[in-house]
Amino acid sequence: MESYGYVAPGSIDEVLAVLNASIGAGQMTQLLAGGSDVLVQMRMPNHQPRTIVDIKKLAETNRLEVSAEGIYIGAAVSSALMNEHQDLQKAMPGLLEAADLIGSTQVQGRATICGNLCNASPAGDSIPALIAAAGICDIATANGNREMAVEDFVIGVGKNALQQGEFLLGVKFAMPKANTKDAYLRFTPRTEMDIAVVGVGVRVSVANGICTDARVSIGAVAPTALLVPEAADALIGSALDDAALAAAGEACKNLSSPISDKRGTVEYRQKVVAVLCKRAIAIAHKRALEN
Amino acid sequence: MARLHVESTINGEAQEFLCDASQSLLDVLRDELGLTGTKEGCGTGDCGACSVLVDGRLVCSCLMLGVEASGAEIETIEGIAGEEGLHPLQNAFLENAALQCGICTPGFIVASKALLEKHPNPDESTIRYWLAGNLCRCTGYDKIIRAVQDAAAKMSHPA
Ligand SMILES: Cc1cc2nc3c(=O)[nH]c(=O)nc-3n(C[C@@H](O)[C@@H](O)[C@H](O)COP(=O)(O)OP(=O)(O)OC[C@H]3O[C@@H](n4cnc5c(N)ncnc54)[C@H](O)[C@@H]3O)c2cc1C
Ligand code: FES
Ligand code: FES
Repeated sequence: MESYGYVAPGSIDEVLAVLNASIGAGQMTQLLAGGSDVLVQMRMPNHQPRTIVDIKKLAETNRLEVSAEGIYIGAAVSSALMNEHQDLQKAMPGLLEAADLIGSTQVQGRATICGNLCNASPAGDSIPALIAAAGICDIATANGNREMAVEDFVIGVGKNALQQGEFLLGVKFAMPKANTKDAYLRFTPRTEMDIAVVGVGVRVSVANGICTDARVSIGAVAPTALLVPEAADALIGSALDDAALAAAGEACKNLSSPISDKRGTVEYRQKVVAVLCKRAIAIAHKRALEN
Repeated sequence: MARLHVESTINGEAQEFLCDASQSLLDVLRDELGLTGTKEGCGTGDCGACSVLVDGRLVCSCLMLGVEASGAEIETIEGIAGEEGLHPLQNAFLENAALQCGICTPGFIVASKALLEKHPNPDESTIRYWLAGNLCRCTGYDKIIRAVQDAAAKMSHPA
C-alpha cells in the first residue's frame, strides 16, 4: 500500500512540477495550507495515503499586501495574520468578520481563507464574504497564472474549478474606496464554534446618500455560495431605505435553495437569509457613512 | 516510506526527531518525544486540549503535521513553568480550583498564556471568546475564567 509523503516546495515551479509528476505517475497528491480541513480529513478511516504538498514555503502564498494598487491575500496567510493587519481591517471589515468566525483562536492561527474557499463547503464562511468583496482567484498553472472571479470558483459541494495540476496562489481585490464597505453575518445556534445555518456577505458603495454599487452573496442556503444580482439591483439607486432592503432580502430568499436538516428547515433558512441580508446591508451602510 | 527527519526547537531546546508524514505534531510530541503533557481530546481541532504555541502562535497540535514543525519554535505545557517554579497561570489554576480531572488544563494554560501575552488585562468576554476553542467537561468554566483573571492581575501587579 502507498504511504503518505510530504513535500514543501519553495517555488511555484517546484509545486507545479510535483503536481505534474504525480499526475504522470498516477499518484495522489493533496495541497496543504493551514491543514484545518486536511488534518481532519486524514483522520477519516477511508482516507487514502497520498503526498501532501505544503504550499506555505512560497513567497507568493505568504503575500499580505494592502495598498492603493490593491489587496492581495496569499494562500498561506492565516486568519490570525489577516486580523492583525490594521489596514486590511479598515479596508475589508466584512471579510475579516468572516475569517474571525472560522473556528477558535487555535484554528485561526493556522486556517486560511483560501483553504476555506478551496475546500468549497456550502457553509464555508469566507466564501460569501469573498464574493461580496469581488475577490479574484489568482491561480498558478503550467502556462502561467490565470484569474477567475470567486463566484465562479466553487462549482459544487466540495468542488472547485481548479484543473489537475493547478493550485491557488491567493485572492486579490481592488482597493475599496472609502465609501465602499462590506459586512458578513452568519446565523448559528451558538455564538461561537458552530457551522453556518445561513451566511450573508454584502458590500455597498454610498455617495450623497444613494447606493451607487452593491454586491450581495448568500452561503449555506444552496450547494455553493451564490452572488445575488437581483439583490444588488434592488439596492443600487436607492437610499438603502427599508423598502430597498426588503426587496434585497426577498431576492436572496428567492435565489436560495436550502435543505432541511437538524440545524434548520427550508422555510426557516429562507426566512433567516432575508433577515440577515437586511441586517448585513444596514451594517455595511453604516460603515460606508462613517468614512 | 522512509521516516522524515525534522529539526525544531521545543521548549527552548534544539530537538531532532523522526516521524511519518501522516503523524500530527500532537502524535510526535506524545509518542516520539514523550511530552505527554499535551493532551488529545478529539484529534479534530474541536477541544483545544492539544494547544501549543508554534513561533508564538496558539494552535492545535492535532491540526498540524509533525514535519511542519521543521525550523519552528514549539512551546508546550512542559515549557511553561520557569526556573523559579510554576507560572502565575499554573498557580492561579491551582488556587482557584480551576481543574477537576485535568485533561483540559494544559490546553487552557497554554491558550491563556497566549491570551495574556496579547491582552495583558482582558475583560471577561475577551477571555471567554479567546478560550472558546478549549472545552472542559468538569469545571463549568467559571473557575477557569476567574483563574485567568487572577493570573492577569498578579502578572501586571506582582506582589
Ligand atoms: C474546530 C474547527 C472549526 C471550524 N469552524 C469553521 C467555521 O465556523 N466556518 C468555516 O467556514 N469553516 C470552519 N472550519 C473549517 C476551516 O477551518 C477550514 O475550511 C479552513 O478555512 C481551511 O483552510 P486551511 O488553510 O486550514 O486549509 P487546508 O486544510 O490546508 O486545505 C483545505 C482544502 O483546500 C485544499 N487547498 C488548500 N490550499 C490550497 C491551494 N492553495 N490551492 C488548492 N487547493 C488548496 C486542500 O487540499 C484541502 O482540500 C473549522 C475547522 C475546525 C477544525
Ligand atoms: S485534540 Fe486537538 S483540538 Fe482536540
Ligand atoms: S477539568 Fe476535566 S475536562 Fe476540564
